[in-house]
Amino acid sequence: MKHLLTTKDLSREDAIRILDTAAQMAATQSREIKKLPTLRGRTVVNLFFEDSTRTRISFETAAKRLSADVINFSAKGSSVSKGESLKDTALTLQAMGADAVVIRHQASGAPHTLANAGWVEAAVINAGDGMHQHPTQALLDAYTMRRHLMPRVGREPGGPGPSAGTGLDLAGLRVAVVGDVLHSRVARSNVQLLHTLGAHVTLVAPPTLVPVGVEAWPCDVSFHLDEVLADVQPDAVMMLRVQRERMSSSGGGFFPSPLEYTRNYGLDAERLRLLPEHAIVMHPGPMNRGLEISAEAADSPRAVIVEQVANGVAVRMAVLYLLLAGDVSQNSSHERAER
Amino acid sequence: MTHASAPVPAHAPTTYLLRDVAPLGGDRVDLLLADGIIAEIVPSGTAVPADGTVVVEAGHLVALPGLVDLHTHLREPGREDAETIRSGTRAAAVGGFTAVHAMANTTPVQDTAGVVEQVWRLGTDAGWTDVHPVGAVSVGLEGTHLAELGAMAHSAAQVRVFSDDGKCVADPILMRRALEYVKAFDGVIAQHSQEPRLTEGAQMNEGVVSAEIGLAGWPAVAEEAIIARDVLLAEHVGSRLHVCHLSTAGSVALIRWAKSRGIRVTAEVTPHHLGLTDELARDYDPLFKVNPPLRTAADVEAVREGLADGTIDIVATDHAPHTREDKDCEWAAAAFGMTGLETALSVVQQTMVDTGRMTWADVARVLSTAPAQIGRITDGPRPQGRPLAVGEPANVVLVDPAVRRVVRPAEQATASANSPFGGYELPGQVMATFLRGRATVLDGAPVEPASAGGAR
Repeated sequence: MKHLLTTKDLSREDAIRILDTAAQMAATQSREIKKLPTLRGRTVVNLFFEDSTRTRISFETAAKRLSADVINFSAKGSSVSKGESLKDTALTLQAMGADAVVIRHQASGAPHTLANAGWVEAAVINAGDGMHQHPTQALLDAYTMRRHLMPRVGREPGGPGPSAGTGLDLAGLRVAVVGDVLHSRVARSNVQLLHTLGAHVTLVAPPTLVPVGVEAWPCDVSFHLDEVLADVQPDAVMMLRVQRERMSSSGGGFFPSPLEYTRNYGLDAERLRLLPEHAIVMHPGPMNRGLEISAEAADSPRAVIVEQVANGVAVRMAVLYLLLAGDVSQNSSHERAER
Repeated sequence: MTHASAPVPAHAPTTYLLRDVAPLGGDRVDLLLADGIIAEIVPSGTAVPADGTVVVEAGHLVALPGLVDLHTHLREPGREDAETIRSGTRAAAVGGFTAVHAMANTTPVQDTAGVVEQVWRLGTDAGWTDVHPVGAVSVGLEGTHLAELGAMAHSAAQVRVFSDDGKCVADPILMRRALEYVKAFDGVIAQHSQEPRLTEGAQMNEGVVSAEIGLAGWPAVAEEAIIARDVLLAEHVGSRLHVCHLSTAGSVALIRWAKSRGIRVTAEVTPHHLGLTDELARDYDPLFKVNPPLRTAADVEAVREGLADGTIDIVATDHAPHTREDKDCEWAAAAFGMTGLETALSVVQQTMVDTGRMTWADVARVLSTAPAQIGRITDGPRPQGRPLAVGEPANVVLVDPAVRRVVRPAEQATASANSPFGGYELPGQVMATFLRGRATVLDGAPVEPASAGGAR
């Protein structure tokens, strides 16, 4: 693995390896000294063309815990806002000797282009591209589900440790992903990865927020949240962020009002009660409390939303470690030969 | 192909004997081009060349009437960094064309008699092909006020085809007025069928691929809704409508229906919509970003069928050169469009002739006769799209259908390299092109005019 661009590129074995490595990373994070020397002398660039403080901080923390040097390059206040192309930015980073580029971009495919255009030799990690993919989010979601829900029988009582579920996939888990699927890179990444890991995904959204062409995805689609909660009895419910501006005519007019959206697709205390006892509630953040998720649901003991953030650091440490300290030289020469 | 020539006096028009050539792929003949016309067609091997005649041994070649492109972006004036009238028409000649229609979306826009006359004159001076400017329908392509269509029609450029191509004439009243207005000079409105609200921010065909790779979708219905509206408008006012670059199975069905009702509609398909699908977007290579977008395999099959059965009248290139910087970037930031003049005939051979769906006579119809008729250039001082017959203008292209060649965009005559067929092996090669008897291409290579305006 030279880059991490989409969860579709990950085999079941690749994904389990990343989750297992994340578990090892998480174990180190309960120590008093959290920093590992693994990536000392390596340079990780956070190249953010789109604002995302949370994702950037998560990657920055992960890289620093591995002792890498971190450079944050954000579009605001940089030459990017003056019209510099992705190519020239990439060539600049290459000249400065970046070992890994973590890229967030509003254009779907920009990380793919960065990785394949021959502009940089660095490992490219997709930190979210347009409506396409956000693979580390799906990996941290899978890691969180595995910790809480695997193995499905014979789990230890009490809270799970960081290494719970190590070596396992997510076979048999039922996951509902609810909300703005159309615009969501989180949904696309999760559908692919959860399918690879053996989970069964049901997407729930108003028909306007389901993409044309979804029939080719390895998942079910429903327009009715109550039915899915009652009939599918999901082990995990993942609520997606819904942007309020999507309801306006200029934003596409995807639903009539936030109130109607909340009535039909919001997760509240009543819907929470439809879930099985062990089910967990997830959200990639930032939440719109009162729109897609009520305060009761967000703050309930079933919600693992804050833990997702912590797991994000462990998963990103694992990805950086595997891309930069794994058998990179072999893989990169193999990649070049293929070109 | 080989040719041998005796010394000829400078500036005298060269006489060419095309020996043992197969017009439209039929029986082989000797074809003599002299004084700008087809002077003789005699049984193969019976022509005796006079002194100074250049003999082209064409025993393996097919002769077609010079090709006519109804949809070319030459970019001049305004974007000479992507293409000039000279470089674009030279590329056209290499592709076998003897006439191109230069689309109106230049800077300034071709929306006045002055601009269309300038383009016409630059084309004439370049001498590679005839250049027929397309006039804009609306002032500045802005879709609000009719441009001075009459002035363009009556200018030296004799404009008959009007289009806001690149943009749709979306306002139904403006479209109705334009259709009506051009009846006065037998003009035609060539519509870029794209419902603007349904395609805001659209990047590629909306379907399985767009859903997976997260690019905003350009739904087939956005094209079909405009075509449905426009054929009904054309029927209502009794005008001529031409549908540019139709790309979907539904569009083919609509045109078939409209023609069955006797509506005066013609339709074109591009080589890239005959040959390529939206699967190519998966690697986010902007070379495959084009408007209308590449569609599904089912759409490709439907446009091939529509072309074969005559529902689609012509193939036009929509040759759209772009600079490297406009394609060397992320998909969303890249420009729409691909070059096509130098690969069009090969793609038609590959998709339609080699598959047994069309004959070379059909190729002559869809790439020469019919586009010339739609553009109303079959008569007048420089007729195009005429049959290969004695007394007709010597607009002839010689094709070697047996050649297989790998497309090298950087080596093409066009000034831009954004061909979607780079690296593909395509069948067929234009070996020679004659524009009113002047060889613009010989041995597969362009022949510079002896002097500016040499092909008048």
